[in-house]
Amino acid sequence: MFLLATVVNFWHLMRSDDARRRVFVSQLADDYREMLRIRRFEETVLASFSRGMFFGTTHTYLGQEAIAVGVLHHVTVDDIVVSNHRCHGHFLAYGGPMHALAAELMGRTTGVCGGRGGSQHVKWKSFFSSGILGGTIPLGTGMAFARKVKGKGMVFTFLGDGAFGEGVVYETLNMASLWGLPILFIVENNQYAQTTPIGQHMVGGLRERFAAFSIDAEQVDGSNLQQVRRVSGQLTKSIRKTSRPAALICSTYRFGPHSKGDDLRDPEEIDRHRKNDPLQLVRTKLPHELVNTLEEEIDEEVQRAFRQAEADPLADPAALTPPLERTL
Amino acid sequence: MTTVLEAINEALHSCMAESEDVFVLGEDILDPYGGAFKVSRGLSTSYPDRVIATPISEAGFIGIGVGMAVQGLRPIVEIMFGDFLTLGADQLINYAAKMRWMSADQVRVPLVVRTPMGGRRGYGPTHSQSLEKHFMGAPGLRVVALNHCVPPADVVRSAVLYDDDPVLLVEHKLLYGLDVRDEADAGEFICKTSDGHYPVAHISLADAPKPIITIAAYGYALHLAMEAVRRLGYEYEVFADIIAPTQLSPAQPALLAGHVQATGRLLTVEEAPGEFGWGSELIASLALSGVTYRRVSRVSAEDMPIPASGPLEGAVLPQVEDIVQAALALM
Repeated sequence: MFLLATVVNFWHLMRSDDARRRVFVSQLADDYREMLRIRRFEETVLASFSRGMFFGTTHTYLGQEAIAVGVLHHVTVDDIVVSNHRCHGHFLAYGGPMHALAAELMGRTTGVCGGRGGSQHVKWKSFFSSGILGGTIPLGTGMAFARKVKGKGMVFTFLGDGAFGEGVVYETLNMASLWGLPILFIVENNQYAQTTPIGQHMVGGLRERFAAFSIDAEQVDGSNLQQVRRVSGQLTKSIRKTSRPAALICSTYRFGPHSKGDDLRDPEEIDRHRKNDPLQLVRTKLPHELVNTLEEEIDEEVQRAFRQAEADPLADPAALTPPLERTL
Repeated sequence: MTTVLEAINEALHSCMAESEDVFVLGEDILDPYGGAFKVSRGLSTSYPDRVIATPISEAGFIGIGVGMAVQGLRPIVEIMFGDFLTLGADQLINYAAKMRWMSADQVRVPLVVRTPMGGRRGYGPTHSQSLEKHFMGAPGLRVVALNHCVPPADVVRSAVLYDDDPVLLVEHKLLYGLDVRDEADAGEFICKTSDGHYPVAHISLADAPKPIITIAAYGYALHLAMEAVRRLGYEYEVFADIIAPTQLSPAQPALLAGHVQATGRLLTVEEAPGEFGWGSELIASLALSGVTYRRVSRVSAEDMPIPASGPLEGAVLPQVEDIVQAALALM
């Protein structure tokens, strides 16, 4: 009898452990898939730029993928995301259509904004981005004001370490805190403002900057998706409950250049950071076959998106409209 | 009689009463102060939850106004002096004006930024300017100037309640104390106002012969132009009419061309320095719309900052006498 009970107990234990493991693997696979979609998209963008497929320039999200995927896990339908010039990863993690983003970069009619915005100016559902640092912070904060008035939803606003050079950021942090607005500031500290290392453009800490405005800030390893997701989950929960702004400060590193080819960093420094590649950290925990399947799946998705976008018609000048009606 | 200031204030009250989406943000706007020029007086008492006193952070709260507007509110941002608009230029030009178009019309930005402009009060180089010309020609932004002949309350209500695009609403400081002189009460003038949300006033001397010069002016310059027209008529027997648009940008030459073509002589009057200014654009856009001029000229401020001392300021800014002489020179 005793033996039977032990066997039954052990069997239950095995079952639940297995279930947990399955959930664990399934979550990891989702994580890897989401990050890989961004990684492959951005790699394709960089590789294709020299072939003249795109207009203008681009700012890739290589190396920072875990932040977008981890934070935007918590977005609901009432929420708003405000991104910056480095917006592709945020857009894809938000659920934006990959083909429409590729088409926007290629200036096609089927682009998210019909080719008017290009790489940096993307608007889809409640996702916004713009190309000048700083100004997106009051933009997002004003949206948070509106969310508070309407009584539902919050705003997720991304900014990099470089944006802390802009005075309007500090003006806005002050008002966001003073007025108790539901907004999460996600700081992606990739340690460079374009080509200038953080030590040459900033003195004092990021956390202290938020503390000066009585805004709670948590620091995480931006390459650790699970940590990003967990901590941002705690912060969003608190923001929704208290309508107080908060900040998530993510240490991260971009593997690609600031934009297309303007990379003056020591290759050894880049290699060192690649050891903390957010994708590798997850990949090594997944079964080989699953990794292969996922990689094939994503390669196919990305190639299809770019192929389809390339086949789409170029934006038609006849579709241009005035920015406002001359006579109201 | 209602002053322009009272008319604006009443319009702001009525907008807030009619729409719960209307919010007012600005520096020192709470009662009892009610804003540096008292235009927002009483609003915070009647609508305490929708009148927001801000820190001295123009860029920040113009940008916050943009975000509010994109999400369906109808914010009115008061900038204490028009000179401070430069601090929020990025927010106006790169966000407010572009978001609708950049998103292929997925969003609208029903934001009103209202501000007192202009000199003649001795406030000196940084509190006396008419900086609106720097915002004219920014695609996506409507620049509107009040005057005392087009009912200011109607224009304010158009901008706040009916215009779904961003409006920079310019109020010359010296307008605030003037009585509203609309169609019904224009004294020795005849004032006709066109239809539309941002009307053009057409003004001429009552019982005068046909005009032979057309003066174009906006804001407080309209008041100066009316005085000049009176003197031209009574002292020189030279008869002029005036066209005064409220919408400065985008330009609407079609609303003005008929009057200008009728006289063939156009004199533009503005308080800002003339180079690259409103008058230049008006003269060009009318020419492009088919107007042929017999003579054309402009009156404007000297191309220099505005001094504080009375006699110096008076020399830099255009005066009634300058308009009279420039008009006579067109004969």
